[in-house]
Amino acid sequence: MSDFTMPSLGADMESGKLVEWLVKPGDTVSKGDIVAVVETHKGAIDVEIFEEATVSELCAGEGETVKVGGLLARLQTTGDASPPSAPPMPEATATEAESRAPKKSGPEAAAPRPAFQIERTGRKKVSPAARRLAAELGIDPESLTGTGIDGSVSFADVELARAGAPTPKAAAAPVRRGGFDPAEMRRAIAAAMTRSKREIPHYYLSNTVDMTASLGWLSRYNEGRPPTERMLAATLLLKATALALRKAPQLNGFWQDDAFRPAEGIHIGWAISLRGGGLVSPAIHDVDTLALPELMARLRDLVARARSGGLRSSELMDATITVTSLGERGADSVTGVIYPPQVAIIGFGRIRERPWVADGAVQPRQLIDVSLAADHRASDGHAGGRLLSTIETLLLEPDEL
Amino acid sequence: MTDDEIRKLVFDILGGIAPEADFDLLDEDEELREALDIDSMDFLNFITGLHQATGVDIPENDYARLSTLTDIVAYLRQKGA
Amino acid sequence: MSDPTPGRMTYREACKQAIRDALNRDPNCFVMGEDVGLYGGCYAVTKGLLEEFGPDRIRDTPLAESVIAGAGIGAAIGGMRPIVEIMTCNFSLLALDQIVNNAATIPHMSGGQFAVPVVIRMATGGGRQLAAQHSHSLEGWYAHIPGIKVLAPGTVEDARYMLAAALDDPNPVLIFEHVVLYNEEGTLDPEVTAVDISSAKVRRPGSDLTILAYGGCLPKALEAAGQLAEAGIDAEVVDLRVLRPLDDATIFASVSRTRRCVIVDEGWRSGSLSAEIAARLADDLFFELDAPIRRVCTREVPIPYPAHLEEAALPQTADIVEAARALARPQ
Repeated sequence: MSDFTMPSLGADMESGKLVEWLVKPGDTVSKGDIVAVVETHKGAIDVEIFEEATVSELCAGEGETVKVGGLLARLQTTGDASPPSAPPMPEATATEAESRAPKKSGPEAAAPRPAFQIERTGRKKVSPAARRLAAELGIDPESLTGTGIDGSVSFADVELARAGAPTPKAAAAPVRRGGFDPAEMRRAIAAAMTRSKREIPHYYLSNTVDMTASLGWLSRYNEGRPPTERMLAATLLLKATALALRKAPQLNGFWQDDAFRPAEGIHIGWAISLRGGGLVSPAIHDVDTLALPELMARLRDLVARARSGGLRSSELMDATITVTSLGERGADSVTGVIYPPQVAIIGFGRIRERPWVADGAVQPRQLIDVSLAADHRASDGHAGGRLLSTIETLLLEPDEL
Repeated sequence: MTDDEIRKLVFDILGGIAPEADFDLLDEDEELREALDIDSMDFLNFITGLHQATGVDIPENDYARLSTLTDIVAYLRQKGA
Repeated sequence: MSDPTPGRMTYREACKQAIRDALNRDPNCFVMGEDVGLYGGCYAVTKGLLEEFGPDRIRDTPLAESVIAGAGIGAAIGGMRPIVEIMTCNFSLLALDQIVNNAATIPHMSGGQFAVPVVIRMATGGGRQLAAQHSHSLEGWYAHIPGIKVLAPGTVEDARYMLAAALDDPNPVLIFEHVVLYNEEGTLDPEVTAVDISSAKVRRPGSDLTILAYGGCLPKALEAAGQLAEAGIDAEVVDLRVLRPLDDATIFASVSRTRRCVIVDEGWRSGSLSAEIAARLADDLFFELDAPIRRVCTREVPIPYPAHLEEAALPQTADIVEAARALARPQ
C-alpha cells in the first residue's frame, strides 16, 4: 500500500481544494494519469499520479481543502497482496440505527433516509445529447466548458464549440477549470517572492547579445509557412538556454535542506503573465531534447492552457529553472527574482535595434539583454558568466539549435 | 467581406484572446497591441485566426501593416478577403 | 343576466352539456351514481338532469361503489351505454375489483365477444380542503391497467367533448375530473365539435424545456410557463390528456426538441405516472436529453386538511417554475 498525498504545486502552496476525483476505488492507474482536479491559486490543476497502482480508497472528499502532504487516497501498488479495505456500508448502519430508535407513527416522511451518495465515475459530466453531438462532430466534449446543470457540458456548449473556437462563452466563463482568484494568487506570489528575497543570496549578471542572425534565421524559417507553423523568437531563446544549461548543472536544480540538489532533466518554467494580473511559470519538460517546431508547439499549448485552465500538476512541480521573457513590447532588460527552491532565473529583455560595434565599426543591430539571477549558495558568478556566454554563442549560430 | 464583416471577425478573434476587452471603447486608429496588451504569442494566434477565417496569407513582413483596426480592414480588403 | 360570451362556460357546465348531449343522442345511454339525481351530484354536474330526463335515465344508487360499477359493466355488456359516476376516486377503490377484474378483462377473456363500453366518471385531486379521504389522485394507478382507457380532461373543451368519444369507444373508459377545475371557466371554439381520446396536446409551444402536465395541474403548468417567459425561459407545455395509453409520439417529439423535461403529477412520486414517463424518456430519448428529468409531484403524505399544509403538499406553480428554472438556467 502507498499513500497518495496532496502535491506541492510550487513552494508557495500550503493547501489545495480537491475539486473532483477522476478515479474511483478499484481503478488501475499508471504513471502520468490524471486522477484529480485540485484548485489552487493558480487555478484548477490536473493532478497526475506517478506510479502503477490500484486505487483502494479515496480518503478526501470533493470540495475538501487538504494541506500539502495530506492524505488524498490509498493505493495498492503492484505486487501488494493486501486486499482493498472493505467498502463502507452506510446503509446498514442507518438501518440499524433506525431499528433501535423508537418507532414513530405517522407518514413515512418522518422516517430518516440515509443520505444517497453517487459513486463518482471519474467522467466529466456531459449530457447524453451533448455526448452524442460531440461524437458526431468529432469534438472531445470533456475538453469543453460546461454551462449546463451541475456544470455539465450541454448540447448548446457543443454547438458553440462547433461554431468555432475561440468560443466566447468558454472564454468568458473559465471559472471552473481555468479560474483562479487574483487576490489569492497575489498573496501566493507575495509569499514566494518574499521568501526568495529573504532566504536566497542572489547574484546578478547580464550580457547583451546580437540577435540579428537568429532573427534572420527565424524570418527565413517563417517565410512561406502558414501562421499555424510559424515560430516565435522565444523558441530560440528557450532552446539556447536549455542547451547551455547542459554545461551548467549547478544552475539547474534545487536548494533544499541546506544543500544543492541538481535536477535530472532540464525542465524550464516559462513565466506566463495572465490577463487581469498574476503569473504562472509551468514547466516545459526536457527542453534541451526538443526540436524547435516541437518546442514551439509545446509553448503555444502551454500558454493557452495557462490562460484558460488545464495545467497539469507535473508542469507546476517539475520546473528546474525559470525563464522570463518580456517580449516585443516589454522593457529592455530584467533582473529576476528566483522562484524557490530553484536556484536561478534567466531573463530576456525586448529585442531592439541599437548601435553595436562589430568588425571595428558601429552598426545597427537587433540586440537583446540576457540576464541571470542565481543563488550564490549553489553557484558562483564564474559559472553564471559561462552560462550566459554559451547562450550568446548559441544565439549567434541559430543553425546549431 | 464587407468592412463590417471584417471588423466583426477581428472582434470575434480578439474576444477569444482578450475576453475582458470592451471593443466599443476601441479607437479604430489606436495601436491594437498596445490597447489590448497583446503579446507576440497572442498576436500570432490572432494572425492564425485571421488566416483560418479568410484564407488570406499574411506573411510576417506584413505584420507592421496590421497595427490598427483601420489598417487591418484595409489590408484584408486589399488582399481580397 | 347580461349576454354572456358565446361558448363561455365553466368546466362543470361543460361536463353537464356533454352528459345532456349523450343522453339526447343515444336512448341507450343513462347516468347512475350516488346522489346524481335528487341532489344533482355532489359536485352539481348532473343538477337539473333528473327533471329533464326522468328517473329511468338519471338513477340514484345505494352507497355501494362495487355495485354501481358492477351494474354499469353488466349494462354495458348488455348493450347499454352507461355513464357511471363515482363520487371521488378515493371511493373507487371499493369498485376496484369490478373495474380491474371485470371491465378490464372481459373483452380479453371473452376473445372479443363482449365489449364493455362503460364510461366511469370520477372526481379526483386535492385543493378544496376535503382532507385525506377525499383528495387523492389515483388516476396513475388506473393508468397501470391494460384493458381500460384513462382520460384526464384539463380544459373546458376536453370536459365538453371527451365524454362522447369515450362512449363511442368499445372499451371501458375512466374519466378523471379534477375538483378544482369545476369552477374554471373557458370559451369553447365553435369550430370544434369533437376531440380525440388518443393524443396529448401542446397547449403552449416553447423551445427551452417541456413541461408535461395534465388535469388539475395543467393550469398551474401554463401559469408557470408564463412566469418563466418573463424570465426569458421559453417553456413548452404539453397536456397529456390521455393517461392510458400514453401518447409517446407527442411527448417524445416535444422533449427531443427541447431536450429538457419537467413532469408535473399530482400523484405521489413513488411508482407514479410521472415515474413511468420519466422511464420512457430515459429508455427512448436518452441520447437526446441535455439534463436530468425532473418531477414535481405531491409530497408523500396523505393530503392534509389545513389549507396551508394542503397547499404545501400539492404541486404548485412556484414548484414548477423552480424546477424548470434549475434545468434551463442552471447558473
